[in-house]
This record gives sequence, structure tokens and C-alpha cells, in this order.
Amino acid sequence: MSLVDLHQVHKYYGDFHVLKGIDLSINAGEVISIIGKSGSGKSTLLRCINGLEAYQKGGIVVDGNEVTSEDVQVRRLALSVGMIFQNFNLFPHKTVGENVMLAPTIVLKKSKAEAEKIARNMLEKVGLAEKFDNYPDTLSGGQQQRVAIARALAMSPKVLLCDEITSALDPELVGEVLKVLETLAEEGITLILVTHEMNFAREVGNRVVFMHQGKVWEEGDPKVLLTNPQTDELKQFLGAVL
Amino acid sequence: MIEFSNLDIIRNLLFATQWTILLSLAAFIGGTSVALALTAMRLTGNSAMNMVVRVYVEIFQGTPLLMQMFICFFGLSILGYEISAWSAAILSLTFFTSAFLVEIWRGCIDTLPKGQWEASRCLGLGFLQTLRHIILPQAIRVATAPTVGFSVQVIKGTALASIIGFVELTKVGTMLNNATFEPFKVFSLVAIIYFLLCYPLSWYSKVLEKKFNVSR
Ligand SMILES: Nc1ncnc2c1ncn2[C@@H]1O[C@H](COP(=O)(O)OP(=O)(O)O)[C@@H](O)[C@H]1O
Ligand SMILES: [Mg+2]
Repeated sequence: MSLVDLHQVHKYYGDFHVLKGIDLSINAGEVISIIGKSGSGKSTLLRCINGLEAYQKGGIVVDGNEVTSEDVQVRRLALSVGMIFQNFNLFPHKTVGENVMLAPTIVLKKSKAEAEKIARNMLEKVGLAEKFDNYPDTLSGGQQQRVAIARALAMSPKVLLCDEITSALDPELVGEVLKVLETLAEEGITLILVTHEMNFAREVGNRVVFMHQGKVWEEGDPKVLLTNPQTDELKQFLGAVL
Repeated sequence: MIEFSNLDIIRNLLFATQWTILLSLAAFIGGTSVALALTAMRLTGNSAMNMVVRVYVEIFQGTPLLMQMFICFFGLSILGYEISAWSAAILSLTFFTSAFLVEIWRGCIDTLPKGQWEASRCLGLGFLQTLRHIILPQAIRVATAPTVGFSVQVIKGTALASIIGFVELTKVGTMLNNATFEPFKVFSLVAIIYFLLCYPLSWYSKVLEKKFNVSR
């Protein structure tokens, strides 16, 4: 049984048909890169997987649980699915350490000491142990994004969803974030990332999913798919990106 | 006819100022309490509750405070509910204050990025937990300055209570004027006292605003 399973998922915003029957099956430990033009439904797909958006037809199963956007369900889902956003969404009124400790304390009901230990471990992992007491706005974009990753990891998720998490960063800061992702991939976490980083998709990813007009247009091994695209749409897309 | 020395005038005005302060405090406390409840109703996202809040705000923002006071005072007594000028003033000022505060606070909560809600949700926090740990601490920082600023409007609004006969600063000013026929002197003093009450608040509101703008 795969860890994340989407079956004929349809999603509408009002009359607008965003996802048109998505089938996707992701195994534990896989690193999936979702690529595609802006507006093709990539973010919406991720947001359906963790229940931030409701879908209207089909089914999504994560770690054996059917996904709906019910509040209770989203909270249960949060235990197995973490999400990183393009613009970090750190809590600006809390220190880096408090950002990471928050969910373990409140949601997992860990003691403060336990939560602090987790937070220090996770910050160590992303190379920011010394920033524990700093506020997010004193950090660079790359550092803030790494804190966001540590914050998600503190809930020990099985899957990490990343929505263009390097797109808001200055080019010289992209590498440090990708490096953290690479380490996580090596440790076996399941990653589903919407990305424009084709090199990362090729070198680290196990599979590339090309989305076009709300459909999975093409998918496969990155090395094959990116060098030998089958459809005109993917050819055109790769021509524009590379 | 009684003679009023300048000292008498000032003493009488200062005595009346106590009632203005008390009425302002009561209205502000009443207004913030009701506004808190209305904000909570609005935040549940329930559309019926949202509607109730919207209608409430429209009614009390869309009509003059004086009319609200008249309705509370004269209207209720015609309906058979005897109500003192003091109660009518507090009641109408509470409506007025809460209707404005709930809108001010909504603006503050809305300025927080949607991503704060979403990130909390993705971490497994429930609605109330998100409100308590993420949204309110940030919203309160933003809301303090405009709320303190608005308290100036409440103080000035209490002057209308003089028209329904509540004896506060403006009413005593009118009475002293009738006795002394020195409107310029009396009302200047009244205005100065209002200014001394209001200015520190608007000054403090600006300080808070600056402090908020430079800090996180
Ligand atoms: N909340 C929303 N309401 C209405 N339309 C939306 C909403 N979010 C996204 N869309 C539309 O859905 C389409 C897919 O959006 P999105 O999933 O963000 O695409 P991508 O991430 O691939 O750029 C776009 O046309 C976008 O305008
Ligand atoms: Mg997107």
C-alpha cells in the first residue's frame, strides 16, 4: 500500500475545474517533483493532499486515512503530513525555538523540556542550532525557510509537502535550503515538492510529475522524462525553463 | 443670584469631570466587552453569526449617537421601562463603542497574513489554539494603538449625555454658563479639560503605533 494515494481527484473553485481527475500513487521514501506552468494546479494538488482545500470527487488516502477537509481530520493529518510554504509563514512574534516547540507542546502535549529537546535537535539538523533565541525577522530568507523545515520536522511527519519553497529566495540562498532537503531525502523521508529546480529534480528526485491544465500530463523517471519528454506540452515547458 | 468666582467655576467643572471620566470608563469597558463577544462570533465563520454582527455594526455606525441615546432614554421609557440618564448613556455609548471597535479589530485581524492560519492548521493546531497562540497575540499588538486612539472618541461622545440630562462636564458647563453669562470663559475651560483628558490618550496611541511599526 502506498503512503499517499490519489484516485480520480476532481477539484473545482466555483465553476472553475482546477484538478481534472488526478491519479497519483506515492510510496514511502519517494521524492516526487511536481513541475508545470503557473496555474496548472500544482499548489491546489498539494493543498488537497493535506486537507487545506476540499476536493469534490475522487479520493485521497494518506497513510491509510481518507482525507477530508474537516477540521478534526486536518489535525490528525498534521501528524503525518508536514507542509512548507513559499513565504515561510513563520510566527513572527515567537522566537525560532518557540516556533519549533509550539506544535509539539500544544498538539502533541509534550513537556516543555521534551519539546525544547526536539526543537534543538531539529534546528541542529537544518544547521541553525545557534539561532534558537533569535526572532525570525533577524534571519535571512534561507535561514527562515530552514526554520520552517525544522518546525515541520518537529512533528515527525511521514510526508513533507513543499510548495516552491525556494522561489522567494535570493539565488545565493537557494542552495542551503535544497541541501537540507537532500539530507532529508537521504534519511528516507517522503518528499512531494512543487519546484522549478530541475537539477534538484533530476539528481535527488525519484520521479517527476508534469502537470498541465489540471491533469497529470506526463510522469516518470526524472532522467528519462527531462531528457526525453513525450508530449509537446512538456517539451515546450522544458524549453521555457531550461 | 449666587456669585461664582473663577475658583468656584473650576471646582465645579473638575467635580463634573469625574462623571465624564466614569462614564467614559464604563462605556469603554462595556464597549470592549461587547466588541470581544462580537469579534468571537465573527471569527467562528458561521454565516448567521456574521450576519448578526454586520447588521449590528451597520445600525450603530450608521445612526447618530445622539439618536441612539434618545431612543435608549425616551424610547425605552415610553415603552414602560424607566431608565436613568446614566444607564441610557452607558447603554448607547456601549453600542456605539462596540460597533466601532469590532470593525477596528476586524481590520487588525485581517492584516495578519492568511499563511499564519494555514501554517498553524498544517501543524495540527485547532481553531481556538490558533487564535490563542498565533492570531490574538499578533492582533493585539496591532490593535492597541487604534483602540487607545478610539477611546478619545468615546470621551468626546460622553458630552452628548448632557442632552438627556446626565450631569457631566458639558452639562455642568452649560449650567455654569446660564448662571454666570460668561460663555467664553466657561466653555473654554470645559474645552481645555476635554483636551487634557484626550490629548494624553492620542499621544500614547501615536507612541504605540510607532513602537509597533519599528518592532516585530
Ligand atoms: N482560492 C482560489 N479561488 C479561485 N481560484 C483559485 C484559487 N486558488 C487558485 N485558483 C486558481 O486555480 C488555478 C490553479 O492554481 P494553483 O494550484 O495555485 O496553480 P499553480 O500552483 O500550479 O500555479 C489557477 O488558475 C488559480 O487562479
Ligand atoms: Mg503554486
